[in-house]
Amino acid sequence: MVILPELVLLAGALALFMVSLGKTPAAAKSVAVVFGLAAFAATLLSFQAQGSLFYGVYAVDQYSQMFKVMIGFSLALLIISGQNLKGISAEVRPEYYLFLFLSVLGLMMLVSSVELLAIFISLELSSFALYLLVPMRDDRTGIRVQMEAGMKYILFGVMATGFMLYGMSYLFGLTGSTYLKDILAFVAKVDLQPAVAVALLMVLAGFFYKLAVFPLHFWVPDIYQGASNETTGFIATIPKFGAVALLIRFLAVPSGQSPVVIELLAVLALCSMFYGNLSALVQKDIKRMLGFSGIAHAGFVVLGLLSLNSEGYGVAVYYIAGYVLMNLACFLVISNVSQQGENLCIEDFNGLYKRQPALAFILAVGLFGLAGIPPFVGFMAKFMVLTTALRGDHLLVVCLAAINTAIAIYYYLSVVKAAYTADPGDRPAVAVQPVIQLAGFALVIAITLLGALPGKFVDFASTVVQTLP
Amino acid sequence: MDLLLIKEGFPLLSFLIFLPLAGAVVLLFFHGEGFARLWALLITSLTAVCSIPLLTGFDPTSAKYQFAEAYSWIPRFHINYIVGMDGISILLVLLTTFIMPFCVLASWNYIQKRVTPFMFCLLIMETSMVGVFVALDFVLFYIFWEFMLIPMYLLIAIWGGPRKVYASIKFFLYTLAGSVLLLVAIIALYLKSGSFFIPEMMWQPYSLTFQVLVFLAFFLAFAIKVPMFPFHTWLPAAHVEAPTAGSVILASVLLKMGTYGLLRFCLPITPDATMLLAQPILWLSIAGIIYGGFTALAQQDMKKLIAYSSVGHMGFVTLGIFVLNTRGVEGAILQMINHGVTTGALFLCVGMIYERTHSRELAMATGVGKYMPWFVTFLAVFSLSSFGFPGTNSFIGEFLVLAGAFEHNTILALAAIPGAVLAAAYMLRMLQKIVWGGTNNPDQSYLTDLGVREIVVLAPFLLFVFWIGLGPQPFVDLIHGSVSHLLEQFNNWQQHQQVAVALWR
Repeated sequence: MVILPELVLLAGALALFMVSLGKTPAAAKSVAVVFGLAAFAATLLSFQAQGSLFYGVYAVDQYSQMFKVMIGFSLALLIISGQNLKGISAEVRPEYYLFLFLSVLGLMMLVSSVELLAIFISLELSSFALYLLVPMRDDRTGIRVQMEAGMKYILFGVMATGFMLYGMSYLFGLTGSTYLKDILAFVAKVDLQPAVAVALLMVLAGFFYKLAVFPLHFWVPDIYQGASNETTGFIATIPKFGAVALLIRFLAVPSGQSPVVIELLAVLALCSMFYGNLSALVQKDIKRMLGFSGIAHAGFVVLGLLSLNSEGYGVAVYYIAGYVLMNLACFLVISNVSQQGENLCIEDFNGLYKRQPALAFILAVGLFGLAGIPPFVGFMAKFMVLTTALRGDHLLVVCLAAINTAIAIYYYLSVVKAAYTADPGDRPAVAVQPVIQLAGFALVIAITLLGALPGKFVDFASTVVQTLP
Repeated sequence: MDLLLIKEGFPLLSFLIFLPLAGAVVLLFFHGEGFARLWALLITSLTAVCSIPLLTGFDPTSAKYQFAEAYSWIPRFHINYIVGMDGISILLVLLTTFIMPFCVLASWNYIQKRVTPFMFCLLIMETSMVGVFVALDFVLFYIFWEFMLIPMYLLIAIWGGPRKVYASIKFFLYTLAGSVLLLVAIIALYLKSGSFFIPEMMWQPYSLTFQVLVFLAFFLAFAIKVPMFPFHTWLPAAHVEAPTAGSVILASVLLKMGTYGLLRFCLPITPDATMLLAQPILWLSIAGIIYGGFTALAQQDMKKLIAYSSVGHMGFVTLGIFVLNTRGVEGAILQMINHGVTTGALFLCVGMIYERTHSRELAMATGVGKYMPWFVTFLAVFSLSSFGFPGTNSFIGEFLVLAGAFEHNTILALAAIPGAVLAAAYMLRMLQKIVWGGTNNPDQSYLTDLGVREIVVLAPFLLFVFWIGLGPQPFVDLIHGSVSHLLEQFNNWQQHQQVAVALWR
C-alpha cells in the first residue's frame, strides 16, 4: 500500500506496453485516462501512508505524499485535457503514453528518494523517458524541429546531470555517506566550507536545470517550441514538482547555509526573472513565451527558497502548485485551439472569445493568474514569496522582483488582448469536448479557490517541511 | 480593536460587497440578453437600497470604523478579513452603490452586443469598488484594488471605441505598474507593525527614511489612479474609448480611489513624510488644475474635454487634501462626491448624444438645442455645476478647498484661481456650441429628445447637484467627525514630534 501510486503507474505503463504490441492503438487513450485517474486516486489513498523502504533509501512520508498527490492530480488533468494528442501520430500514441507514465513514475520515485543514488536513478528514469517524448512529434513541417529539440534536450540534460553527479561525488567524498540524512547531519556538524557550498551548488544545478533557473535555462525556448503542445504542457508542469521537492530536501540543512549560497541564490533568482520576462516580451510563439515566463517564475520559486526556513519552503511549494495549475490551464487551451497540433503564434488566438468563449475564459484566468493579479493563486503566491523574502531582509531583491511583475503583465496581457479584442478574421471556430471544458473549469475553480483561501495549504506545507530530517 | 465598532447581526458591508458578485455568478448560467439587463438592474438597485441603512445607522459623532466585521483569514501571515466604514468612506460607498443602477440604465440601448458579459463585468466592478472603500486590511484592500483592473480592462477593451485596444492596454499597464511598489510598501509596513490591519499601521513611530520610501510607493500608485499631473496620460485615452457606463464608473468612482488612498493611507501612516513632501504635491496639483484647464479648452472631442476637465477637478481634490486643514480636507471629500455626480452626469449626457449622432466630435453635435430642449437643459445645469457656479454642488467643494488653500498659503491659492476661470471658459465654450452652434450647424432635425428612461437616469443627478449646492450641511456633518479626528491626530503628531525634537536638543 505504501507505494501504491508508483505501482499503479507501473501497471499503467505495462498495460500501455501491451496496447502498443496490439493492433488497436486507439485504445491507448482510454487506458491512459483510466490509469491517470487511478494514479490520482492511488495518491489520495496512500496520502497518510508512512514507511521507509529499501534500506532507507526510499522514504514515504507526508512530504513525499503531498507531492505525489499534486503530481497525480496534475497528471490526471493533463491526460484529460490533452487527450486528443493532435501532434502525435496515431500509431505511436501507446508508446507516447507509455513513456509519459514512466516519466511520472520517475518523478514520484524522485520525491520519495532520500539517498544520492536513488535520487540519481529516479531522476534519470524520469528524464530519459521525457527526452523520448520530444522527438515523437509527427513531422508535419518537414524540417524536423522536433529532432533538433530532442537532441538539444538530451545533450543539455546529460550535461546538467554530469554537474550533479560530480557534486554528488564531492558530497560522498566529504561525508562518506550517500544518505541525505547523514550528509546533512555531517555538514551541520563539521565546518567544511567552501567545499560543501561548491558540491551543493553543483547538485542543485541538476534541479535548477529541471526548474529552468538561470543560467541553466537555455534549453527552454527551443524545446518548448520543438515539442508537441501536449508534451510541452507536460515539460512545463509536472517535473517542476520533482525539482522543487528535491531542492528543498537539499537546502533544508538545520544549521543554515553559508551566506555565499544565499547571495548566489538571490542573484540567480533575479537573473532568471529579468532574463525570462525581458525575453518573453518579444516572443511571437506562445509556447516560447510561456517558456520564458516559466524561467521568470522559477526565479520567484528560488526567491521563496531564499529564506531557508520552513515557512519559505512551504510558500515555495504553494507557489509551484499554483504555477502548475495556471500552466495546465494555459496548455489546455493551447492544445485545443491548435487545429492539427501545429505551433501557435499569439495572433492565432485572435478573437478566441468569439470562436470558443469557454476556452478564452480559461486562458484569461490562467494568464491573469500567471501575471499575478488577485484573486488568483498567482497573486497570493507572489505576495507570500515577497513577504518571506522581505522578512529575510532582501529589500532590494524584493523591489526588483516587484518591478518584474510589472514587466511581465505586458506579454500576458497581449495574449488576452488577442483573445478578447482582436478580430478573428477567417480563423475557424474551435470545438472542444465537454469533458475538456469541465477539466478547464475545474482548473479555474482550483486557481481561484487556492488563491482566495491559501491558509490551510501553506500551513500544511510548512508543517510538513518541518518534519524533514 | 477598540477602533472598530463591530456590527452585530446582519453583516451589511459584506452583503454589499458580495451581492453583486453573487449576481454576476448567476449571469454565468443564464445568458438571455433581456434577462441580463433586468437582472443587473435589479441587483444594482437592491445593492443601492440596501446601502441606505448605512446612512441611517451611521453615527457621525464617532470617528471609529462603523459597521465593522472582522474574521480571521490567513492567520500565518496575520491577514484578516476586516471591513468597516468611517466618515471618509461613507459617502464614497454610497456614491458607488447609487451610481451603478444608472450605469446599467445608461447601457440599456448603448450596449447591443454581448450584453450578458457586459453586465457581468459591471457587477464584478461594483464588488471590487465597494470592497476598496470598506477594506480595513491592507491585503484585502490590495486584492480589490488590483482585481478591479480585469473587469475595467475588459469593459474598455471589448465594448470600447475605435482605439480601444491602445486605451485599455495603456490603462492596465499604467495602473498595474504604479501599484507593484505599493505591494512592497504594504509588506514592509506589515513587517514593522506586525499586522495588515490598516488602523494599526497608523501613527507608528517609523523612521523618516522609511516613511518617505513608503510614502513615495503609495504616492506613485495613488497619483496614477487620481490621476495627478504628470501621471494623467492614461486618463483621456481610457475615457474617450470606454463605453458610457465605463466612463461614468471611471470618472465617478475609480478616480476617487486614488484620492481616497492618499487621505486614508498617506496622512495617517506616513505623517512626517506627508509634511515633508506636501509642498511639491500641492504645486503638482496646481499644475494639474492649470494644465487640465488649458488642454480642455483645445479639445474637439467632448469626452476628451470632460476627461481633461477631470484632471483639473481632481487637482482641486489633491490640493484640498494636502493643505492639511479641516476646510481643505472636507472640501476635498465633498469635491470627490461632486465630481462623481457632475462628471458622471456629463459623461451620461455625452453618451446620449453619441447614441444619436454616433460621434463624439463637438462639431457634429452643434446646435442640438433646438431639437433636444430637455437634453440641453440638463446639460446646461451639469456644465454650470462643473465649473462651480454658485448654487450648484461644485461651488461648495471648490470654495471650501480654496478657503483651505488661502488658510495655508495665499500664493498657492491665488495660483489655483485661474483654474476656476479656465473651467468656466471651456465648459461655456462646449455649452455654447452644443446648444446654439454657429451658422454652419449640421442638420440635426432627425434628433429625438430624451426618452423617459434617459430623464429618469439624469434626474437624480440633478437633485444632488442642487441638494449639495444649496444645503450641503448634512453631507458635511457626515464627514466632519472623521476628518477633524484625523487632523487632530495629525496635529498632535506634529506637536509630539516637535517636543521630541526639542528634548533631543
